[in-house]
Amino acid sequence: MSQPATQHNKDDVMASPKPSKWQGFLDSDIVHSWKQQPVVIMATLMTLLMFMGALFAPWIAPQNPFDPGQLELIDAFTPPLTTSDFTGNFYLLGSDSQGRDVFSAILYGSRISLLVGFAAVFFALALGTALGLVAGFRGGWRDAIIMRIADVQLTFPSILLALLIFGVIRGFMPGSMHAEVAIIVLIIAIGLSDWVQYARAVRGATMVEKSKEYVQAARVIGLPDIKILFQHILPNVMRPVLVIGTIGLALAIIAEATLSFLGVGMPATQPSLGTLIRVGQDYMFSGEWWILFFPGVALLILALSVNLLGDWLRDVLNPKLR
Amino acid sequence: MLAFFIQRLMQAAFVMLVVALIAFSLFHYVGDPVLNMLGQEATDADRAALRTQLGLDQTILVQFWQFMVSAVQFEFGISYRSARPVSELILERLPATLELAIVSAIFAVVMGIVLGIYTAIQRGNWLSRFIMTASLIGVSLPTFLIGILLIYLFAVELGWLPAFGRGQVVELTSWWDTGLLTTSGLRSIILPAITLGLFQLTLIMRLVRAEMLEVLRTDYIKFARARGLSRRVVNLRHALKNTMVPVITIIGLQLGTIIAFAIITETVFQWPGVGALFITAVRFVDIPVMAAYLMMIALVFVVINLVVDLLYYAVDPRLRVQGGGK
Repeated sequence: MSQPATQHNKDDVMASPKPSKWQGFLDSDIVHSWKQQPVVIMATLMTLLMFMGALFAPWIAPQNPFDPGQLELIDAFTPPLTTSDFTGNFYLLGSDSQGRDVFSAILYGSRISLLVGFAAVFFALALGTALGLVAGFRGGWRDAIIMRIADVQLTFPSILLALLIFGVIRGFMPGSMHAEVAIIVLIIAIGLSDWVQYARAVRGATMVEKSKEYVQAARVIGLPDIKILFQHILPNVMRPVLVIGTIGLALAIIAEATLSFLGVGMPATQPSLGTLIRVGQDYMFSGEWWILFFPGVALLILALSVNLLGDWLRDVLNPKLR
Repeated sequence: MLAFFIQRLMQAAFVMLVVALIAFSLFHYVGDPVLNMLGQEATDADRAALRTQLGLDQTILVQFWQFMVSAVQFEFGISYRSARPVSELILERLPATLELAIVSAIFAVVMGIVLGIYTAIQRGNWLSRFIMTASLIGVSLPTFLIGILLIYLFAVELGWLPAFGRGQVVELTSWWDTGLLTTSGLRSIILPAITLGLFQLTLIMRLVRAEMLEVLRTDYIKFARARGLSRRVVNLRHALKNTMVPVITIIGLQLGTIIAFAIITETVFQWPGVGALFITAVRFVDIPVMAAYLMMIALVFVVINLVVDLLYYAVDPRLRVQGGGK
């Protein structure tokens, strides 16, 4: 009786492997832990909401805040939830000094914030992982140099480093290019200021992995080092990297917002959430509170929920890390 | 001891050398200092003269040596933007930053230790639970948002405290104008100091709490209680003392962070300090100011780390054994 049952199961799996995988995922510890924590569920929903808003900004936003042709100067400083008397446009979260819809600006702004955040984390992750792999696998003077640089860099707070790197890169560029490439310079600055953690984690894990039998076996059959590193060791050291990355995303978003707020990040013509807050600060004293308030709330929700989600993921994936 | 000291000193010197190299290459490769200083109307002869005067006709190595010599004497030339000596600009703004950093460090340490003790002793009551949750939210918020929030609440809505500036200052010495001796100066420093110290406060609080909980479980605390000592004496004299070693280390390390984060707080509150000067320099690519700040902040961090390392060595005997074994 058991024989046909197994047979049937096998067929089922072969016919449609996805549902069973999905079922396995639903039964996993991760989902179980997720269901039990209302705060995490809330954070997930808010993160998804922000991601969706950023992703589909051109379709959701009532106007394109980057296109001066769509701005109605006569509607400047319309309070939230108001329909303008002049143009009949409805402003959900009010409008700023140029008649820019604050809601649209937030959607497009969080797009830039998230883009910089993800790109910076990816850059730091790739750089840190590569250097960590080399340091752990080859050892010797390469290890010494890489880890010495990492030690030195760790003594400075990363936001200060990002600021200094931004200043130095900008110093080496002609002034006319500053606004155009601001986003790339930001990504490089934040990424460079944050690679050390990845490198340290990967180096430690690589040193453990390289003495295991499967690596020795790969060596015996004569695989080149590069192939062993990237095809055999890399998949086994990725877990701590991904955990650090989820926390790193929140930090990168905050770093970007801080730099933009300080006026050394995204320019006002292409504002991120931090830029919007900097611009809005000027109107705090004159009563137009919404220009500052709503971008601030958006950044707060984004930073807090990504942070909570990252913390939770870290605990689930790797309880030993903290 | 000597070997350890020399090794750490070498590392510190190496960091300073690298930072100096970056600062020097900023000077050397970004724009033309002669053009920056003389402007469009100068003749070629003028330029050549200035070039010789600045030593720009020398080899790179000689120039780097000269840069190092003047850097040690805290000479970084003239600011491109305000046409004044950089050392003068920094010195006149240094007191504002130092006062802000010191006041917020005291705020963070005192409040952090008090709240840490409270949340450890009164574990589980609603107030300490509230403090712990609030600290978690506080850590994940960017500093500048907290500053703006405080300005909005206490300056705009309630109108209790000034929103920006340093208030009235009085001259203490020829180069130190203090804001700590006037009422308006004291009122002005409250919000920036809280903003700057909040992150360190939560850090110290959590550390003190964790250490206290650890110590309160040990036997000598049980014996102290059994001897009939009052709760107050047990908690403060016996338990607290033993939690202080790691706390002091963290406080030392965080001092540098406070000075670095002062950049953000100074911008939010338009505080006329060195950090705000640096941000303006980055925005306008004012190389001499950037280079000077780079060197200054690196020196602060290197010195703090060196001191903490040496303190560790003095406090922890295990390090000494390891060093001797080598």
